[in-house]
Amino acid sequence: MVTLIPGEITVGGVRLHNHCMLAAGVLGTTGASLARMLRAGAGGVVTKSIGPEPKEGHKGPCVAVYDGAMMNAMGLPNPSHDFIGELDGLTESPVIASIFGGTPEEFGEVADWFAGRVQALELNLSCPHAEGYGAAVGADPDMVEQCTRAAKHSGLPVWVKLTPNVTDITEIGLAAERGGADAIVAVNTVKAMRISTNFRRPVLGNGMGGLSGPAIFPVAVRCVWELYEACEIPIIGCGGVSSADNVVEMMMAGASAVEIGSAVIEDTEIFRQITESLYRRDGGECPEDIVGCAHA
Amino acid sequence: MREIPSVPVVITEIIEESPSIRTFVFSRRFPAEPGHFCMVWVPGTDEIPMAFSAQNAITVQKVGEATEALFALSRGDEIGIKGPLGNGFTPSGRTLAVAGGVGAAPLRLLATSGVADDFILGARTADELLFPEELAKCTNLQCATDDGTYGHHGFVTDLLRAADPTSYDTICVCGPEVMMKAVLAILIEAGCPENGQFSLHRYMKCGVGICGSCCIDPTGLRVCRDGPVFTGDIIVESEFGSYARDASGRRKSF
Repeated sequence: MVTLIPGEITVGGVRLHNHCMLAAGVLGTTGASLARMLRAGAGGVVTKSIGPEPKEGHKGPCVAVYDGAMMNAMGLPNPSHDFIGELDGLTESPVIASIFGGTPEEFGEVADWFAGRVQALELNLSCPHAEGYGAAVGADPDMVEQCTRAAKHSGLPVWVKLTPNVTDITEIGLAAERGGADAIVAVNTVKAMRISTNFRRPVLGNGMGGLSGPAIFPVAVRCVWELYEACEIPIIGCGGVSSADNVVEMMMAGASAVEIGSAVIEDTEIFRQITESLYRRDGGECPEDIVGCAHA
Repeated sequence: MREIPSVPVVITEIIEESPSIRTFVFSRRFPAEPGHFCMVWVPGTDEIPMAFSAQNAITVQKVGEATEALFALSRGDEIGIKGPLGNGFTPSGRTLAVAGGVGAAPLRLLATSGVADDFILGARTADELLFPEELAKCTNLQCATDDGTYGHHGFVTDLLRAADPTSYDTICVCGPEVMMKAVLAILIEAGCPENGQFSLHRYMKCGVGICGSCCIDPTGLRVCRDGPVFTGDIIVESEFGSYARDASGRRKSF
């Protein structure tokens, strides 16, 4: 398999320990769990999405796990401003705050809370199951552009996480770029539903949810590919990455780094396992030569 | 990634243990070891974590919306069970169980599997003592009630001190966190916190180790997946006994 030369990298204005970051929404509610994942080898960590008001999230079931895929509808639970205190002791670490809002003003407000506390912001314009938030805003290119611009006022680098649940993802990626985004994260979960035939109702409390895990990896690779063709800013690949070879494949599609979420269910040591097989001091290839090489 | 199914089961029996505690026996047995839990799906309401009190039963205290919905169910109704989940008790040698209130639920499975030599059971009042007859059959049982209506007038911690904690290889504990914290303090005093195994309760959204809603400070250990049972030395310098997070992730002091 293709291996890379190890070393710190800079993507979207953030210095990362390696190419593999913890994705938003996974073990990111507390500073302690984020620190644990950094200790476990993550190159950077993205927090749980933080919004303008505390939210308890949807009623359960919130997660359903299948062979090769999982589906969730958490409902953006978050402690809002109280979360800032979780970041004590992490201000020098590669922590990216995921934030959400229903309007550009709300994005701007929450973004300002994090100035000087994190290395970058990741705008959640892509959660598929929260009314008035996430993909409800992120499917509209004008809104994406305005929210990105509002968040940029914080002075922090801004990454925009996109939903795959649109006809043309490049239209949204270009909107983020116009708004001044420093990087694009592609993709959030794929809108999905399963029904319990026994109970004759959807298996998730919210009904609709978001699919993640290996099943959506091909969708994520396709989205990264399309964005790489259309956009100038770096792309961070996300969606079903669960092995070192998946990381390389994402990079070949055009990703400068990746985020890993659902694979953590296998083992919290997943970052160590992946990076141990991804990097070779002798014989590894230069990462810059790999990014987008499949487009040649 | 392997499927973690929520298995539909029929409620075959409902036992009223006390005015606010009921045992729901279901149609199917799960390979649950003492201390394992399941995510209980009450269709149309919520999915909540609950300890197995037997391989085919959960014992539930009515505390909120989901447990109220459970209490509204009757024999023949169906619920979904996802489990067994988590890491349970790992007793070895001479074993004592210390339970307070509905915390007796996971420890019942320890007693009925013949592992607990001695059992200290506490409750606020005699009516709320859980499983006293059954526990007396398979362990050497001592009871304490806060109001003195049965057994020792006082707390389980009084009985624990009197029992000499150092004479046990394993002490399995489940109950209100303030009680468990007091038990841990006694074990620390006795120089054997690592012999204590504490079953923690935290708000959980997923139950399978992915969402992070149940992580404890400062280790970031997940109660649902790394626990729910932790030895005393792991939780001694932690949020245990001080605070927990609610559904939104905000800290709430005990």
